[in-house]
Amino acid sequence: MSADTHQERPPRTGLRTWLLSDTPASVAQARCQRFYLAWLAFRSNPIAMTGLGIVAALVLMAILAPWITNGSGLEPELGNRLQGASAEHWFGTDQLGRDLRDRVIWGSRITLYIVGLVGIIVVPVGLLIGTVAGYVGGVVDNVLMRITDVFLAFPRLILALALVAALGPGLENAILAIALTTWSPYARIARAEALTIRNSEFILAAQVQGASTIGILYRHVMPLCVSSVIVRLTLDMAGIILTAAGLGFLGLGAQPPTPEWGAMISTGRQYLLDQWWVPTVPGIAIFVVSLGFNLLGDGLRDVLDPKSGR
Amino acid sequence: MSIANAAGRPRAAARIVGGVGFTLLLTFIGLTAVTFVIGRVMPADPVLAVVGDRAPQDVYDLVYRQMGLDRPLYEQYWRYLEQLSRGDLGTSIMTARPVLDDLIRFFPATLELATIATVLGVFLGIPMGVLAAVRQGQWPDHVVRVLGLIGYSMPIFWLGMVALLVFYANLDWVGGPGRIDVFHDGIVEPVTGLILVDAALAGEWEIFDNAVSHLILPSLVLATFALAYIARMTRSFMLDQLNQEYVLTARVKGVSEPAVIWRHAFRNVLVQLITIIGLTYASLLEGSVLTETVFSWPGIGQYITTSLFNGDMPAVLGGTIVVGVCFVGINMFSDLLYRLVDPRARA
Amino acid sequence: MIHSLKRLASLLGWNKPIAPRSPVAIDRAPAISLPGIAKRPRRRSPLVLACASILLASGAHAATPKNTFVMAKDISDLITLDPAEVFELSGGEVIANLYDRLMMYEPEDLATLVGGVAESWEVSGDGKVITFSIRPGLTFHSGNPVTAEDVVFSLRRVAKLKKTPSFIVTQFGWTPDNVDSLVVVDGGKARITITEEFSPGLVLNALSAGIGSVVDRKTVLSHEKDGDLGHGWLKTNSAGSGPFMLKTWKANELVTLESFPGYRHGAPAMKRVIVRHVHEPSAQRLLVEKGDVDLARNLTPDQIKGIAGNPDLAVDADPKGALMYLAANAAHPIVGDPRVSKALRYLVDYDGMAGSFLAGQQRIHQAVWPSGLWGALDETPYSLDVDAAKALLAEAGHPDGFGIRLDTLNAAPFPEVAQSIQSTLAKAGIEAEIVTAEGKTLWPMYRARKHEIILARWSPDYTDPHSNVDAFARNPDNRPEAKLTGVLAWRNSWQDEDMNAMVVAARNEPDLDKREQRYHAIQRSLQESSPYVVMFQQTEQAVRRKNVQGFVSGSNFDLVFYRNVTK
Repeated sequence: MSADTHQERPPRTGLRTWLLSDTPASVAQARCQRFYLAWLAFRSNPIAMTGLGIVAALVLMAILAPWITNGSGLEPELGNRLQGASAEHWFGTDQLGRDLRDRVIWGSRITLYIVGLVGIIVVPVGLLIGTVAGYVGGVVDNVLMRITDVFLAFPRLILALALVAALGPGLENAILAIALTTWSPYARIARAEALTIRNSEFILAAQVQGASTIGILYRHVMPLCVSSVIVRLTLDMAGIILTAAGLGFLGLGAQPPTPEWGAMISTGRQYLLDQWWVPTVPGIAIFVVSLGFNLLGDGLRDVLDPKSGR
Repeated sequence: MSIANAAGRPRAAARIVGGVGFTLLLTFIGLTAVTFVIGRVMPADPVLAVVGDRAPQDVYDLVYRQMGLDRPLYEQYWRYLEQLSRGDLGTSIMTARPVLDDLIRFFPATLELATIATVLGVFLGIPMGVLAAVRQGQWPDHVVRVLGLIGYSMPIFWLGMVALLVFYANLDWVGGPGRIDVFHDGIVEPVTGLILVDAALAGEWEIFDNAVSHLILPSLVLATFALAYIARMTRSFMLDQLNQEYVLTARVKGVSEPAVIWRHAFRNVLVQLITIIGLTYASLLEGSVLTETVFSWPGIGQYITTSLFNGDMPAVLGGTIVVGVCFVGINMFSDLLYRLVDPRARA
Repeated sequence: MIHSLKRLASLLGWNKPIAPRSPVAIDRAPAISLPGIAKRPRRRSPLVLACASILLASGAHAATPKNTFVMAKDISDLITLDPAEVFELSGGEVIANLYDRLMMYEPEDLATLVGGVAESWEVSGDGKVITFSIRPGLTFHSGNPVTAEDVVFSLRRVAKLKKTPSFIVTQFGWTPDNVDSLVVVDGGKARITITEEFSPGLVLNALSAGIGSVVDRKTVLSHEKDGDLGHGWLKTNSAGSGPFMLKTWKANELVTLESFPGYRHGAPAMKRVIVRHVHEPSAQRLLVEKGDVDLARNLTPDQIKGIAGNPDLAVDADPKGALMYLAANAAHPIVGDPRVSKALRYLVDYDGMAGSFLAGQQRIHQAVWPSGLWGALDETPYSLDVDAAKALLAEAGHPDGFGIRLDTLNAAPFPEVAQSIQSTLAKAGIEAEIVTAEGKTLWPMYRARKHEIILARWSPDYTDPHSNVDAFARNPDNRPEAKLTGVLAWRNSWQDEDMNAMVVAARNEPDLDKREQRYHAIQRSLQESSPYVVMFQQTEQAVRRKNVQGFVSGSNFDLVFYRNVTK
């Protein structure tokens, strides 16, 4: 990544100068510079900033939940069912008379939890298997890819169900199940990238210079594959949330009365015709958050991808 | 692509096809074995699926033995493979029919839906993605990106419900849940199982119309996802290519812009796109349980899921094999194309 | 594998040239031609026009054909149509319309047990032998006459096949080995002998269950394979003398019935009845509102409220026998204490639930035999009373409550009920963790006695109080290895010797009034001390198009009749 665009700016003092210096004095400074420049590029992208805003709002909502809600959102109040929006209940109440605003806010914690954990498990696994398979090739490739194929070929839900069935229903097990069924496409994508990269001149050059396979994988192949994987992950965020919802719907994810958004849609969907807000409020929450993740990912892609060379 | 590369193609293809057969077998065995173990781990009791939850214990034990569940797992698995080698997928507990007959009934419903959704996704998504990449940072890009993101961020079964409400219940433009109106059922002889094709073959245009009207909503809803994904990936891949030096070179050499885009950049993107389209198609073939549920669509996703909940393992195994074979087949196919089309990917 | 591919190919028609339009396709009415079926206006259009026409078509959703009755229902539980095996709600309903039973209730009078295939019957002085005279002139769908041989064959078949419902006849003392001598043809009549102590009234009632369906012996035996008494074939076909014949059953899709012109009460008005599987209640609602189906069976109470203003629709409320109850595992160290289980009965918000999300479809009922049936007890001594519950808990040594797992089904309304119970339990300090599961996952656990508290449902097998009382109250052997898994008392590890004696005495009581009093006493005793919290009894709300008349839905799942439907 070059700093051409910033060279003509008038010289400044302090941190900014240090960050934009043409001659970084240390590796650490160079790294910081890279991040700062990336941030500058990111900041100029309105779509990405919108995404960041939404995700930041989600995180804030999750942290502040105890202070911005009126209750736990768990207590049924049968005399108060299916109320429309009002000053007291901004988003109305659900089929058991619980305040939907409270439930949505508490649900943000669960959503973050799911998405975060799945991402943390899936990306390293997919990246590692995919790049090794693609770069090393041969028997290793065959073995790894056949394993990947088995997972890919497996109807996802069944695999997820089986795992949850073995471990017992619940949110954590659902997350593990989702991760197990989600990593395989990442491996395939990473492998596809690695395949096209491995014959590039710079890789050959590195090989000629005597770099180890692990070194090449870590320094050259993986960074180039990360962008595709990140794009895929952000694209998958919505899918992950919805899969968790699907599991919840099938009774294997978050158990009632946990305010998991997907489960809220599932149980609320019979009310769509008359009390549209019951499934719609969590639906919108999922939509907005997925959109946020997608926008963010889109921006990240532009910034992180060394190949786009901007 | 150079002539020398082209000459090497048939041999490479033969080698790959040979490998495909072997790996297919391997995958297949892995798949059935895993499913088999799952059948054991699942808390859903297949015997109860047969005898009902109030069965006295002696009836239960009898059926337990009849189903061979008292045997060790490897023996049960071996028996299943034996049975399979005779072309017998077993009998479904839930439908009381041979699993093969069920699959022939349920799979085409999903195939019909998935194919139309993918075709829609490809024919709308690719031009959109290319347009967005070419006009990067301009309004077509923003429109495509935002549309794509909205499509992708939508909980599709919720979208399905809303679509049914608006276009079926309120506007009456399309047919409701199900593949056709029930009283049309059983009139056209199922030849392919694809109602559109069958109706067309039989010249039953009224049924054809009816089937189309039922197909529109679910396929559009599913296509939302395919379209958004394909458009997005196309854009991403195209951007990579358009920033490459050869594109600059071509432009400098005076190659026209459409030629640069379609003949140079897009051709290189095609390879990656095939993988993406393959993945999309395969995941749709797996059957979207939720969409199928919302539209009462008797597809493979619903079949496998209900079978699973009923502990109907012959049906689950059969369904898993079909879906698995499709998945592996499509992936292998895209892999094959990949290797044949992209010289860099060739070993 | 090769074979299966070949078979696939042949089934898909790839191995033969595509035939010209089959006759089936030409007259548009396969198998049985239905002269009167109203055709929709026929439109021929090429593919492109088809799409356009769809977009332009409005009001294309005409009503269903005049002589076809289309019903939307969740029939995912339907797994067999062999009357000797059917034990599911949907299956029971379908075979009730395919087969006439030996004894039965007729839609014209659901309260009176009458002869179906039996014209009359005689009970011997000791009540052990019943002789049935067969109604003359009856024919099966095949054209074969209905004879005493068929009746005897049908009953023996139930005992010999040993499917789940066979326990109904095994309690008469019939086994696969002795049934040939206990159920016989005698001078053109069917004679049955009971070896156990059993009230004859109870026997006759039990024979009005699905197992009393009379099957066509010749037809069934012509499809026999490996001595299965035609079971494999009868699972997916019909061979009865009822008002309808089975045309197709596509699992999880639809069941199509055709009228039987030779039915003893005359051919039904509807030439065709289609039961269409629609899982989603909201989809059912849309279909019935649009007129794409004539009747919808599984709408939720709130959806029923939503259609109240629709002038084309009417709602029928039909009380059913299905009960919703909580059961505490008596082997559990805390909830096994009778004082704690009694406290549980005070910790349910019966009125709150019945008045809100259950309104119209579940009403409060607190005894084990459903209201509206002979022997029912309508007293409801319990209501939400946190103080009473707390006192009982304190007495049992748990003044601060305890933690417990509450298992239930994951289909509405169970999770909602569970959540309401969770919140009322919390008022007495009991922290319940809800775990929901599909039935096929939940029941194995229940049968293995692995639950702590379970929220479940129960429908009678036949319309005699013994059916439920025997399940809820009598546990002859409480040892784990006894495995009386069909018995609720055993499942809940609950045994009470006095109660066992009361149940047997009631079963054997020949005097009708005394018998009823005995059942009342049993139910009162269960209300006072038992692991059960019986809460609600189901009322089914069927939503029909107003032009549809004559759909009869009785108190039990297999008392649903299509034959009087007109439109």
